[in-house]
Amino acid sequence: MQFVRQRLAFLLVSLWAAATINFILPRLMPGNPAVLMIGRFKGQLNARALKALELQFGVTHKPLWDQYLIYLNNLIHGQLGLSLTYYPVPVSQIIAESLPWTLGLVGVATLMSVCIGLMAGIYIAWHRGGKWDGIFSTMATFTAALPYFWLGLLMLFLFGYLWHWFPLAHAYSTSLTPAFTWPFIRNMLYHALLPAVTIVISSMGGWLLGMRNNMIQTLGEDYVLFGRARGLSQSRLMIHYAARNAILPSMTGFAMAIGFVVGGALLTEVVFSYPGLGYQLLAAVQNEDYPLMQGLFLIIAFSVLITNFIVEMLYGRLDPRTRGGVSK
Amino acid sequence: MSTSHVPISSPTVPTRRRLLRWRAIGRILEGDKRPIFGAAILAAFVLLAVCAPLLTPYSPSQTSFVPLSAPSARHWLGTTASGQDIMAQFLYGGRVSLGVGFAAGFIATLLAVVLGMFPAYLGGRTDTFMATFTNIMLVIPGLPLLIVITAYVHQTGPLVIALVIGLTGWAWGARILRSQTLTLSQRDFVIAARLAGENRWRILVAEILPNMLSLVVANLVFATIGAILAEASLEFLGLGNPDIVTWGTMLYWADAGEALLNGAWWWIVPPGLAIALVGLSLALINFGIDQLSNPRLRVNPSHRKTRNQKGAKL
Repeated sequence: MQFVRQRLAFLLVSLWAAATINFILPRLMPGNPAVLMIGRFKGQLNARALKALELQFGVTHKPLWDQYLIYLNNLIHGQLGLSLTYYPVPVSQIIAESLPWTLGLVGVATLMSVCIGLMAGIYIAWHRGGKWDGIFSTMATFTAALPYFWLGLLMLFLFGYLWHWFPLAHAYSTSLTPAFTWPFIRNMLYHALLPAVTIVISSMGGWLLGMRNNMIQTLGEDYVLFGRARGLSQSRLMIHYAARNAILPSMTGFAMAIGFVVGGALLTEVVFSYPGLGYQLLAAVQNEDYPLMQGLFLIIAFSVLITNFIVEMLYGRLDPRTRGGVSK
Repeated sequence: MSTSHVPISSPTVPTRRRLLRWRAIGRILEGDKRPIFGAAILAAFVLLAVCAPLLTPYSPSQTSFVPLSAPSARHWLGTTASGQDIMAQFLYGGRVSLGVGFAAGFIATLLAVVLGMFPAYLGGRTDTFMATFTNIMLVIPGLPLLIVITAYVHQTGPLVIALVIGLTGWAWGARILRSQTLTLSQRDFVIAARLAGENRWRILVAEILPNMLSLVVANLVFATIGAILAEASLEFLGLGNPDIVTWGTMLYWADAGEALLNGAWWWIVPPGLAIALVGLSLALINFGIDQLSNPRLRVNPSHRKTRNQKGAKL
């Protein structure tokens, strides 16, 4: 219970920190960049929207503290302002439209890459020093260094432009309307496959190498040695003794890993014009649509923080050592 | 500190320590050639970038050639849509990309050392606060944060990009160095130094820091890989200064110039491959450094034998 309370407190503090960074950044920059943006939109917005915008980005004489309280209050009520590109559509509506695409893409791709990476890591650690260990370790090191967007561009070039196996852009064919029907779902999966494979290939290497190192560490433990001396079967030693204990420590790096994967997924979306958060974020940056950009940053940060919290909860359930370790 | 009551033989102690470290490095490289391979790749890229003017007669911004021509004897890597020589861009671009990567990696590591070690050693509230701050910086996704910052800054040159990446990328290293500082400060030799009345800062810099040098170097390598990837990502998105030729901006122009549609693979492959190979080379070097700090990972050709021996003893 202590563990849950502690992780919950950290979640709240980090959510607050992300929100505060979001608030401070435009105000911290030399010559508040929002002044220019607001100047650009002066003729097109009505007085009330303009006023709200000025308040949101600190182009006002109100004390900083008041601005901050108003900002937090708006945030708690889910008010992220209006998008300027799609004026007067609320930012929250654009987020609601693009979030599912990113969640689906990143979720499925991460699940696949974690599973494949862990299994391959277990295998090569068991046969360490062998032929496959060398090949897989080197390959994983290489794929981990691949820039997501570059791999995406290559995939698009080979499978899209050159061989016409997969579509070049978007999440589904424009001739279809989204519905829970088999043709639509098939079309959706067909569009998601190439971006998902890009993410899986780029992110798998890290899991594989991390698992390999942890597995080698556990294989050196005395209880594994003892198990071997008792004559336990190879598979029992590999899975029940070594792997089960090695998986948990490789999850501690999850916080940072998921941050990288999300960053990479945003770039992948841009390459494949996949209508998720990353694609919208770049469009918002290019259009200097700061309210939309702020909202997207917040939702990306919040999703990562909450995912992390969930993983830590699972981790704490599975491994009693962490529950004691954290409170120490 | 004061040299008067230090035994005369003491200068040999650090020399001996250094000798042992070199011997350990030698033994690791004997069993594992990957770090040497990595260093060779990295050296090749640095050399290509440094010697750029000797290796190509063209300027990277010269637009006087036939656009989108495939690799040929005149243009080894072909030309861009606006008629620039890609080989020249590749060589000169490497200078900025590598420079920014290493600069940002260095800044991040420096911050990691300062923000990881000092509060941990001071302990108390400073440490609790910094540890929480580090953990928060660690979980907030880096690339979206970089995108937002560079969007506000506007027209970011390589210097600003290096600075921003360095200032946001220290958390992972700080966390590792913090826990190592906490472990080391309980070791006998540190306690002995403290009881002998050594200055606190001196203990930190002269006793603790040298003992986690391999972690610091590993962090430098790791932070540099991240920085090169982050820089390329920002520039690919058009958030850097597109007029400065780097591997990242080359890919930005390749995408904007519809290199894919025109089948100009020679425009896309070199910069991305270079980024990946530099990342790979640093990771290969890191394999060696990891083995220095974690002996269990050492690739020992005779490990089967030792395992059997251990088993026999049991």
